[in-house]
Amino acid sequence: MITVNSKELPWLPGMTVADVLKAMNYSYALIAVSVNDQFIARDDYDTFVVEDEADVKALHICHGG
Amino acid sequence: MTKELFAHNVPGSTEVLEKKCVAVAGCGGLGSNAAAALVRAGLGKLILADFDRVEESNLNRQYFFQADLGQKKVAALSHYLKAINPRIQLTVHDIKLTCDNLVSIMGPADLLVEAFDRAEEKQWLIETWSRHFPEKFMVCGNGLSGLGNTDALKVTRVGRIYFCGDGVTDRSMGLCSARVAIVANMEANVAIELLVKGQA
Repeated sequence: MITVNSKELPWLPGMTVADVLKAMNYSYALIAVSVNDQFIARDDYDTFVVEDEADVKALHICHGG
Repeated sequence: MTKELFAHNVPGSTEVLEKKCVAVAGCGGLGSNAAAALVRAGLGKLILADFDRVEESNLNRQYFFQADLGQKKVAALSHYLKAINPRIQLTVHDIKLTCDNLVSIMGPADLLVEAFDRAEEKQWLIETWSRHFPEKFMVCGNGLSGLGNTDALKVTRVGRIYFCGDGVTDRSMGLCSARVAIVANMEANVAIELLVKGQA
């Protein structure tokens, strides 16, 4: 089991950040993601493997400043 | 003069902050207000970057005045920051930040404050800073539009990046000075805390 934005998600061996975002139905075009407090670059979503019991955070990036 | 200027600061904070350098990417609603708060806290060095000029529509939320209309934002803001603390060391870049110049311009800073307007720009700034400086902190504004709803404003950490704001609202809702300034000051507050506690 992993945690994504404080919600539990079943863990699967080899699941990537992209798999996690898909499983959570996160379709934001602009997003910031960390796994166990490590920032994950967009280019690494398809290859970064999420370990069991990981804490994943995913934030939508908003316009405005 | 400086000793009196910071007489009411939190004990022990000014001595730390005067040795620190913060870079502010963008001098609009977030950047201009955050920069003023950082200077008032006693920060020693500030790097500013923005390519824009002050327009009348900026005055509803940005740290500028009627007399600044048409002036470069970095020049006008530098004037006000020096008016707060003449000893502040400013490095000013009248330039559009890009993936290619970010490292050389903002790299000397201990910490980066993101103050862009468009989400796409925020994204490349976050990606580029994190790739080149994975050990350095960054503080971003994220969701500051609309009115009221103060309870929704929060700080969320993603790795070494802190996001300040509600994480939801979009500028198409319109921008209110009070709410923008709260988030700008949240950014400054997080930056000051990281610097004073020796984390950045």
